[in-house]
Amino acid sequence: MSEFVLETHHLCKAFGALVATDDVTLGIRKGETHALIGPNGAGKTTLVGQLTGELRPDAGRITFDGRDITDLPTARRARLGLARSFQITSIFDSFTAEGNVALAVQATEPHSFRFWTPAGRIARLRQPARKLLADVGLDGLGHRIASRMSHGQHRQLELGMALAIHPVMLLLDEPMAGLGIEESRAMSQLLASIKGRYTILLIEHDMDIVFSLADRISVLVGGRIIASGTADEIRNHPAVRVAYLGEEDDEFDADG
Amino acid sequence: MPLPARRGALLLVLLAVAIVLPPYFGTYYTRFATQIAIYGMAALSVDLLLGYTGLITFGQAALFGVGAYAAGMLTVYGITNALVAWPLAMLVSMLFALAIGSLSLRTRGFQFIMVTLAFAQMVYYFAQSLRNWGGDDGFTVPQRNDLGYVSLANHTTFYYVVLALLVLVVFLAHRIVRSEFGMVIRGIRDNERRVAAIGFPPYRYKLVIFVIAGGIAGLAGALMANHAKFVSPATLSWQLSGELLAMVILGSANSLIGPILGAAFFLAFRDVLSDFTEHWMLFFGPLLVARVLLVKDGIWGMVLRATGAGDAPGAPEVDCPELVAPGMDSKPGRVP
Amino acid sequence: MTLALLLEQLFNGVQFGLMLFLMAVGVTLVFGIMRVINLAHGSLFMLGGYFLMAALAWTQSYALAVLFALIGGALVAIVLEIVVLRPLYRRGALDQVLATFGLSLFFNEAVTVIWGRESIPLSIPPFLTGSVEIIPGAAYPIYRLVITGVAIVAGLLLYLLITRTRVGALIRAGSDNREIVAALGINISLLYTLVFALSAMLAALAGIMMGPLLSVEPGAGDPILILALVVVVIGGIGSVRGALVGALMVGIFDTLSRVLIPLVIQTNATSALVGMAVYVLMAVVLLFSRTGLFAAHRG
Repeated sequence: MSEFVLETHHLCKAFGALVATDDVTLGIRKGETHALIGPNGAGKTTLVGQLTGELRPDAGRITFDGRDITDLPTARRARLGLARSFQITSIFDSFTAEGNVALAVQATEPHSFRFWTPAGRIARLRQPARKLLADVGLDGLGHRIASRMSHGQHRQLELGMALAIHPVMLLLDEPMAGLGIEESRAMSQLLASIKGRYTILLIEHDMDIVFSLADRISVLVGGRIIASGTADEIRNHPAVRVAYLGEEDDEFDADG
Repeated sequence: MPLPARRGALLLVLLAVAIVLPPYFGTYYTRFATQIAIYGMAALSVDLLLGYTGLITFGQAALFGVGAYAAGMLTVYGITNALVAWPLAMLVSMLFALAIGSLSLRTRGFQFIMVTLAFAQMVYYFAQSLRNWGGDDGFTVPQRNDLGYVSLANHTTFYYVVLALLVLVVFLAHRIVRSEFGMVIRGIRDNERRVAAIGFPPYRYKLVIFVIAGGIAGLAGALMANHAKFVSPATLSWQLSGELLAMVILGSANSLIGPILGAAFFLAFRDVLSDFTEHWMLFFGPLLVARVLLVKDGIWGMVLRATGAGDAPGAPEVDCPELVAPGMDSKPGRVP
Repeated sequence: MTLALLLEQLFNGVQFGLMLFLMAVGVTLVFGIMRVINLAHGSLFMLGGYFLMAALAWTQSYALAVLFALIGGALVAIVLEIVVLRPLYRRGALDQVLATFGLSLFFNEAVTVIWGRESIPLSIPPFLTGSVEIIPGAAYPIYRLVITGVAIVAGLLLYLLITRTRVGALIRAGSDNREIVAALGINISLLYTLVFALSAMLAALAGIMMGPLLSVEPGAGDPILILALVVVVIGGIGSVRGALVGALMVGIFDTLSRVLIPLVIQTNATSALVGMAVYVLMAVVLLFSRTGLFAAHRG
């Protein structure tokens, strides 16, 4: 078995004249927390789209656990163990928090073609859902309608749903997006607590989180990976400093 | 009185009214109520797709009409037992739904609406071309189906059979939308992308609900063939599909009961206004536009709010109040 | 089936296709730019015919009548856009579908109130009657040639408008990103009204030209609308090129199938197959590409 959980091989994607993914070869090792960083417009969203199956690459392959998933639809990838959380909150608005997670738990069953028993009464769905809610810090909020929860709670819910499908790997797309100081700290602790239990690909702008959690970091600029290595290697990498010049280059020098 | 009990009481009142009133007022009203029940059932099938799955279909009349044609044809061929004819009619509708759905559901949004409309037109033209069955004029059905020894020629008997079937359909639909399957299709309505991201292939589930809704519409069609003793391509028209959508939205989508009330409103509106003018549609069109642009709620939603059985004040816009399932520990009217 | 007959049907197919193009391009533009589904588009086709008929009763000049009918169509469109369409821009598909459906119900009834339920025949203007031999042995009605020509000219003008003028550039830009166009100080509202009026006038033009061929009656626009929708599905939403290709495909396919199928299949099912042919075509295209042939690239 390969040491890599997720690999891309020479992935390419262009939109007309705009090359969004330029020969990207990436390997995420089992158990590691791998961060993908890069300036805005670097092509992170396009890459994530290809990894999750929402976008078709023009060329190249993606393998998951040794298996070629390039042509697999999104749902199949989730079933193989690739879970994701969304950058822009993507939950079931009319469901309660518990309902959201319960539906994710339900997704782990072979199929859901059961038409009789009310889902709200099925313990094997509700109990794990309640536990997961507690794990992500939403204890006691199970009955809250999702659309009426705060943004920070939404981010927690996103994570809860990703965890619910018993993933092999988590693809977390900017879990810190839009969070205030307190919420960021809570999310940070949460991520630290699950680190190691899952293989994680973390897309983030928040450098503090990146340097505190990531085992390895890859830097995406203009659609290509310009550097890939440990935190220290990246911090001192000349091309990376150039790419971030004018942006947050002082983050590299500070208490990192 | 707690919310669930309040709603249950409301439903019981409605049922009681439906059981007692129409026959009390005579044959005309009994037949009118039968028509409401039939269209209500068809509109309910649209709500399953629209309110619960988020699929806007302009082709449900095709499945309604297929059921009507199937039942009518079976009767002409001598198969008059309802216990045979009606399930067969439903089966035919479900097969059509499978065929139409398997192609249409590959599309989304605007395209889906247009494709369902186009396929429904296909069925319409097909019916028009059936020269042995009256072509554009349709054909009369010699008699109603019967339940073995029980004849359904009597309007009151037939009404109660239809009402019983409607209650059964409502009950089954209610179970379906609360089941695990129901959670998936509601998830698809709320966020199809998310549903796929957690591991449900959406197409499969959409196809199944599409076929189920098709079967219900087919049953309603078979009942219509019995009620009117007449079947024609008009039951397949896209105008009817649009009218069914209108009934759902007028009555409150995402509620199962709302569409039935919407059907009642539509038919009553037509009945009352056509006493004054044959051009009653001149008023219905703008009414529909007004409902869409100006009014936030459907009839059932308004009724619930008026009787204090709606969601708490300050709740977000509730255009889709729901029936309550006893035993749920979450806020009534919401998915747990 | 002589060559001459086949050619004639082919011409008819192209001509019908171009009429469908006038309808379909309006649908695709309005949806592509304003993201609005307009089921009342068929009503504008129908009103074109009715307005022409009314104007002809009023003035002896055919040209003037056409002008009045076009203006009438534009006026109706502007009122519609301001009163009904504007609130719909922010709404979802369901609201748009139902509101415009309600409008089409209203219009179908309104023409019945004003002009009755009967189908009203319109005669071809005297200076366009007669036929011309396009190839020896095949006479083709002048009227059909003329309206084909008008449709081609309209299509070219539209193309020039969209690709060569400032307004056209705004239309294309607004289609991709309405916020930026608004931020540039352009009056987006006015742009939308313009686009809608343009699409309505194209529909009315199609109705005016088809009037003498199809007769004017309540609901005349409905079957045309449905075919226009099929064209948009086949051609791809938002694509004008797709509307043209799709319309020609549908027009030719529909016309030829009506003629050729009965020759090949001689059963009772013939007329069913003929009516269904276009939808089978649509189904095949969908199997091939679920967004149509030329789906406009949306960012």
